[in-house]
Amino acid sequence: MRMTLESEYSPDADRIMAVSLGPQHPGAGHFRIRLWLDGDYVVKALPDAGYVHRGEEKMGEYRNYTQNVPHLERPVILDSSNILFAYSLGVDELMNSKVPPRAQYLRVIMSEINRIISHMYFIAIQGLFLGHTTMITWCMGDRDFWIDLGERIAGARVTFAYIIPGGVRNDIPEFAIEKGLKTCDWFEKRMGEYEKIFYDNPMVHQRSDGVGVLSRDDAIAFGATGTVARASGLALDVRKDEPYSSYSDFEFKTPVLTQGDSWARAYVALLDMRESIKIIRQALKGLPQGPVRLKLGPQPRVPAGEVYSRTEAARGEMSYHIVSDGSPRPYRLKIGVPSAKNLRALPHLLKNVHIADIPVIYWSLNYWPVEADR
Amino acid sequence: MVVAQQQKAGTFQVLVGKIDDVLQYAIGDPLRYLANWGRLYSLWPVHLETACCSVEVGAAAGSRFDIERFGTLEAFGSLRACDLIIVMGTVTRKLAPRLKLIYDQMAEPKWVIAMGACSITGGLYFDSYNVLRGIDDIIPVDVYVPGCPPRAEALIQGIVLLQEKIRRMPTLSGR
Amino acid sequence: MDRAKAIADKITSKHPGTKLEWVKPRRLKVSAPASMIKDVALFARDSLGFDHISTVSGVDWIAKNALEVVYFVGSTVPGQEGFVLALSERVPRDNPVVSTLIGVWRGAEYHERETHEMFGLNFQGHPDQSHLFLPEDWNDLPPLRKDYVSPGR
Ligand code: SF4
Repeated sequence: MRMTLESEYSPDADRIMAVSLGPQHPGAGHFRIRLWLDGDYVVKALPDAGYVHRGEEKMGEYRNYTQNVPHLERPVILDSSNILFAYSLGVDELMNSKVPPRAQYLRVIMSEINRIISHMYFIAIQGLFLGHTTMITWCMGDRDFWIDLGERIAGARVTFAYIIPGGVRNDIPEFAIEKGLKTCDWFEKRMGEYEKIFYDNPMVHQRSDGVGVLSRDDAIAFGATGTVARASGLALDVRKDEPYSSYSDFEFKTPVLTQGDSWARAYVALLDMRESIKIIRQALKGLPQGPVRLKLGPQPRVPAGEVYSRTEAARGEMSYHIVSDGSPRPYRLKIGVPSAKNLRALPHLLKNVHIADIPVIYWSLNYWPVEADR
Repeated sequence: MVVAQQQKAGTFQVLVGKIDDVLQYAIGDPLRYLANWGRLYSLWPVHLETACCSVEVGAAAGSRFDIERFGTLEAFGSLRACDLIIVMGTVTRKLAPRLKLIYDQMAEPKWVIAMGACSITGGLYFDSYNVLRGIDDIIPVDVYVPGCPPRAEALIQGIVLLQEKIRRMPTLSGR
Repeated sequence: MDRAKAIADKITSKHPGTKLEWVKPRRLKVSAPASMIKDVALFARDSLGFDHISTVSGVDWIAKNALEVVYFVGSTVPGQEGFVLALSERVPRDNPVVSTLIGVWRGAEYHERETHEMFGLNFQGHPDQSHLFLPEDWNDLPPLRKDYVSPGR
């Protein structure tokens, strides 16, 4: 087995040193960045992904549409509902099934809860990389209240497997509605405290203002999505652009910032969570009555066809390209994950920055290696 | 008289010959106990995230479960200072040589916790082309924590089990 | 649906070699022969506003002895964000050479690299086609080809 651990000087460019950051490094984690350094500055950076490549797309071709549910949520366990949401939308479209309205609302509720869970992890680790221990302690603890709420609705701790083709797996219990509303109230107050201690902190501003600036044009050219795009002034939000499920029923805004730096990318996450709270509240209050899933049976019949479905996941646009040939299993299942879409921006942002800024920029992209590698 | 002297010398020689056994009985046990007790509550895991189970490790280290209560510090960067690898899930073919390299670089004594179905048997990914079916082919495992992902409580239980194992470790050197 | 159809008509009338595969609400798929895909892509980006690459997918049509590569392109033009253009081309399986579209959508670079390693498609003009997700020493068939069988199966 050949391994590349470049750590030697190259003779022709004496000043430049090649270093490998990761995969075992507190600032990288399941990911490696190959760096070429000149003193304290990064000359060139190349991402080296694939440490968590598990071949989900090939596995998807071996399983039928129902069996695909559990393994498809594993790539992004932080955001497990949203990745299944896009899959379910795709299969629903292929099967031409009309999902009942109560299920549509429950899907939205779960998707927004997961968005908060994922963003909490994001800003917690962003705090860690900035040396802000309070943020990781608070956020990791508070995140668990949302996980608890999800557990009360779906029954599992992080891998909810709640949104499935044809609806949702089970109905929401009555007490979870009450608990959800209470959690929303509490969390709204809590977010004000985050803002005070983290986002308004002069230390945090110094470390992340103007660090890793992605311009709007570059964001378009690289195909950036989600928090990265919205921090660079690109108002992309699939929930608004093509209101899937029941998103057209709710009132919410798409937060957009224009600075495009690490601070803005972290702040967009907080603004996103504010909007999520609004959506969860409206959905919990206006939950329609009725069934929550269609009977599809263990081996759903899916007509031949091709579909490209997408949702707004926590990290950005989550899309599926599903090709069906009429057999019980997908002929092709392509998962277009937001982390992979944002990866192209990383080598661009890591040019001419200090070594100490690498973890901040890297994590501010909201990059989750497991999701990107699939 | 001569016979008695010879016998005495014999006993002495036997004593000298088995001096390490004697010492083992006299001070080895308390020393081992002391050393193991010292190791027990200061486990320091390597910061090696391998897959999605790392999220639950993060939750376990967070303020709700607070794994430090049980004498495990938060994940750390330097391999030389670490004595525990928590393999947080799937080990792919690309990561496997690196995992072995990391294990070999660590100083003895060292322990391994295999966390999650993936690192035990391959889990959900039993038919994937890029996933190792269990890490015990490449490194020895002390404690298995099943689950997909294991809850944070399960991880804590795994650590307590490992501590029990360390407490009863028969030798000073580790393995 | 109408608007997607209108966009598709613009492409097919401007480039007569292209074919409209299907059109759904907010989605359209256009296939082009390998020789003109770059022109079509440039036209879609500059005149129709499809400037935001979403992802690149591939399909192995083993029965028809063809490999298909599909570019999914979104738009950032206000009012058109919800539309996704799927631009596809087919090449024979035994000689899968396509030309890269990095010059049109820079963000396609890593997606093309992934499609290269997963399907064995050769993107001509691509700066770096080394493995992105597969291990460095992978020497089997590209895994997403239909004739590659996963060892666990
Ligand atoms: S055991 Fe489950 S949660 Fe853990 S790494 Fe494997 S798939 Fe992910």
